[in-house]
Parts: sequence; structure tokens; C-alpha cells
Amino acid sequence: MTEENIPQSQPEQPEKPKKTVKPKKDPRAKLYKPETPLILASSPHFHTNNTVPRIMWNVIAALLPATVLGLVYFQWAAVGIILTAVSSALIAEMLVNKVKGESFTIPDGSALITGLLLALTLPPSFSLGGTALGAVFAIAVGKHFLGGLGYNIFNPALLGRAFLQASFPVPMTTWTWPLTARYADVDGVTAATPLGLFKFEGVTSELSGLITGNISGSLGETSAIAILIGGIYLLIRKYADWRIPLSFLLSTFLVSGVFWLTSPESYPSPVFQLFSGGLMLGAFFMATDMVTSPVTARGAWIFGTCAGFILVIIRLFGGLPEGVMYSILLMNAFTPLINRYTRPTFFGEIRA
Amino acid sequence: MSSTLSLKTEFIKGIWKENPVMASLLGLCPTLAVTNAANNGLAMGLATTFVLLSSSLMISALRNFIPHQVRIAGYIVIIATFVTVADRFLAAYFPTISASLGPYIPLIVVNCLILGRQEAFSSRNGIGRSLLDSLGMGIGFILVLVVLGIIREILGSGSIFGVAILGDWFTPWMVMILPPGAFLTLGILIALANWYNDPSRSKERRAAS
Repeated sequence: MTEENIPQSQPEQPEKPKKTVKPKKDPRAKLYKPETPLILASSPHFHTNNTVPRIMWNVIAALLPATVLGLVYFQWAAVGIILTAVSSALIAEMLVNKVKGESFTIPDGSALITGLLLALTLPPSFSLGGTALGAVFAIAVGKHFLGGLGYNIFNPALLGRAFLQASFPVPMTTWTWPLTARYADVDGVTAATPLGLFKFEGVTSELSGLITGNISGSLGETSAIAILIGGIYLLIRKYADWRIPLSFLLSTFLVSGVFWLTSPESYPSPVFQLFSGGLMLGAFFMATDMVTSPVTARGAWIFGTCAGFILVIIRLFGGLPEGVMYSILLMNAFTPLINRYTRPTFFGEIRA
Repeated sequence: MSSTLSLKTEFIKGIWKENPVMASLLGLCPTLAVTNAANNGLAMGLATTFVLLSSSLMISALRNFIPHQVRIAGYIVIIATFVTVADRFLAAYFPTISASLGPYIPLIVVNCLILGRQEAFSSRNGIGRSLLDSLGMGIGFILVLVVLGIIREILGSGSIFGVAILGDWFTPWMVMILPPGAFLTLGILIALANWYNDPSRSKERRAAS
């Protein structure tokens, strides 16, 4: 950092970051670049017109393609699960607000996102009661018991899913084909996910199915392309840190590529790893959760890279075919540590 | 600290205000490990209370004879004696409970709740007060273990004390009988207790700090 040309008029006093909003690179910051080599860091010195509701509603908009495809593929099952998860999340949020005696936070959209994200990670055949339980757990325990929006350590939707996974291991890993896929004349056919097929039966799935989503899997994770559309929208609007999905996907690709090169028969190809399972959904929508991911740029790289590494290890050597949830939750736990070690130096500070 | 509290307070304090688990967070190992069913919690609570009472009686009676320098070793020998008694008793008369509690009965010997009460109380107070204190602490411990066991058993197996109370419609939440369920339930219980005890609760909500 060069300290030569400090503008005489300092930018307005650093606002104390309130609640969730992570220091964002303000578009106006670049106006300073041509004249002054001063790099703005640490506190957010500028006001942005970002508010919690604004960010949240944009995330919801970005989730729409995946949601719509989920509805197309799984139809009434998807409608039931999405409606149950979202309404339970909203009701839980309202009740907790009431008990805590705080103003109602439903309009900020965060509970809606938690419910929707949880629904998108559930298998289509999952029971509605279980869905409601997961959503209530995600909001009440995952979010509010851990301090509320902006303080929660773990992504609430993933915590809700982890709770369901530990509570109902069998229904949580029972998958059905999309109604639009083969066997469409019957109500539902159970089938392993592509990752499960590979892990337990050594069968690879075709890439086209992984991209369009015409495969068995959770409601919203099947179509890579729908998630990519929403995810890229988020990145362009800067509502998600591009470093996290990029490093997450890159690290998954590279680590699984190394294994694949050593033995292409026993390990799936890195391309298959990229497009299968919940990786896309997790990388774009869950790992980038502003509250539970590192604030700094370096931290974001570390976060994504380690998550990808853990994911490949779980997928290849763990007991479960899929590990996106655990890899993100584990890295969530490390986020405070990462923030601490990647803290930028203060102006004039000399590192010991 | 030779206690000056009334005898009644001495007894009552262990049940809520100085509850070994909820307030002092002592004895968490058995609290978390064996409370996957109400029966187990009750058995563990009773065994611990027995050890606590007997060793308090013994140590309080011997408090002027145990040399200060070796007191911890002395306490442990006394506690271990009663733990062995409880362990053998359960194994002889309640073999199923003994089997389901596994190593946690012998492990009572390292329960810091027991050693803590000896060091902090029985070694400095008369027999009567020590017994009252131990009884209060023991009852407080039993209550927490049973409540924890009941909650986890209902949600995790749909039954109370082994009697099924929830019908077939209920799918047990397997997580509740696993270790995470113990941490979750205990954490929520302690949070509720702290919230209930919070003196500022009734006053105006203070600014979040």
C-alpha cells in the first residue's frame, strides 16, 4: 500500500458495518484509481445503496431458473416441498421475531432464501413434515440461536439440511427420476444420483443430462445450466464474491483431475465432478453466503480452494457419494479464523 | 468458605441456582453421553448421587485427618471406592442398565462434579451441611439428566422410559439419539435457563452489545 498521496479530505468516516453487509467494492472506488495509487481497504468508506433486502431479493431472483427447472422436472412433489419449506421458514422467522421482541424481518427476504435454498437441496420424494422440520431448524437454531442474521456461523439452509440428513438418513438419500425422464408413465421411480451411481456401481452418467438436469437428484441441483445462469447474474451484479465459486470449482476440478490422471478407471473425470451433485448450487449460492464466508479477497480464495479439496476427498474416499454440504459447513466453521489471518494491514501498521 | 447459608438454601441451591450442569457446566461427559434415553439418564443420575452422597459423608467426616498436601489423592481413593460399589451393584442387580451405560459408570470417578463438591464444600463443612449440599446437587443433576433423556427419547425414539407414546406416524429424528442431539438439546436448555435467569429480561431490552 502506498501512503504518499493521501487525499486531504478523507472519505467520510468509516461506517460501522451493520449486520450482514460485507464490505463491498464500491463501483465508485475505481474513480480514484487513475490519479491516486491509494488502495482503499478495510472499512467500507463509501455508502452503497445495497441493503439487506435488496441483496436478498436479487439472490431470490437468481435462484428462479433453478427453481423453475425443479418445478418442471419434479412437478407436484417440487411444489409441495418448496411451498412447505418456504412457508415454514417464514412462520419460524415470525415466531422467533416475536419471542425476541424484535421487528419483523420477513420483508428482508433472508428467511425466504433459507427456505427456498433448503427446498432446492432436498430429494423430491422427501416428506413434507420433514421439510417443515428442516426449515424450522434452519431458521430457529441455524440462524437465530446462533445470533441472527449477520451473526450466524453456518449457512442456515445447509445446517437445516445437515440436521435432516442426520435425522432421516434413508429418505434423505432416496432419489427419484424427474417425471420428464424415462419411465415417465409412472408416478416416480427411485434411482441413484449420478454421483451415487458412480460411487456404488461404477456407472458414469452422460454430461448432457448433468447440464440440462434431466437426472435424479435434489430438487434444484440437477441442472448445471440453470444454476449457472442465476449464479453468473449474482456475480455480475456483485452480490456474490466471484472468487469463491471460481476457486471452489477450480480446486474441485484440479484435485479431482489429479486423481483422474493417476487412474482414469477408478476415479470419475473432473468434468463429471464439476457438473454432478450439488456442487454448482453450493458453489454459487451457499458458499457465497455473505455472512458465513470470509470478508477478504485472499480469504475468499482460501475458502473456495479448501472447500473444493474437502469436497473431492469426501466424494472419492468418504462413505457418502456427495460432500458439498459438509465441505461448505466445515469451511464456514473456519471462516472466522480465515478472516483473522487474512486481515489487511492497517494504514501505517508494521507487521510483527 | 465456611458456609453461612441457611440449611434450606444449602439444599435448594443445587437444584436450580447452582445447578451442577446448567450453571456450573460440571459433569458434562455423562450428561451428554448417556442421556439418549430417560432410563439411562435416571440410572446415571442415581448412581452419581449415590457416589456424591457417600463420598461427601466420608470426606466431611475425615476432613480433619486428611493431610492437605495429598487431599486430592485421598478424595479420589474414597470416590473410587464408592464408584466401584455402584458399578458392581448395578452389574449384579440391573445388568441391562449396566450394559447400556457401559464405561460411563466407572467413569463417574472422574466426574468433576463429585471432586468439585468435595474440594469446595465437604472438606470445609460439617457432615450435615455436606450431605444436604450433595443431596441438592445430586437432585439437580438427576433432574437435568432425566429432562434431557426425556426430550431426546421422545424425539429420537418416540417413547418415554421405554414406553412408546408416539404412534407410527412419527418418524424418529435419529439425530436426537446421536451425540449432536445431546449437544443441541443441552445447549438449548442452558440458553433457555440463562434467558429465564437474565435479570435484565424484564427491563427494557438493552442495546445489542
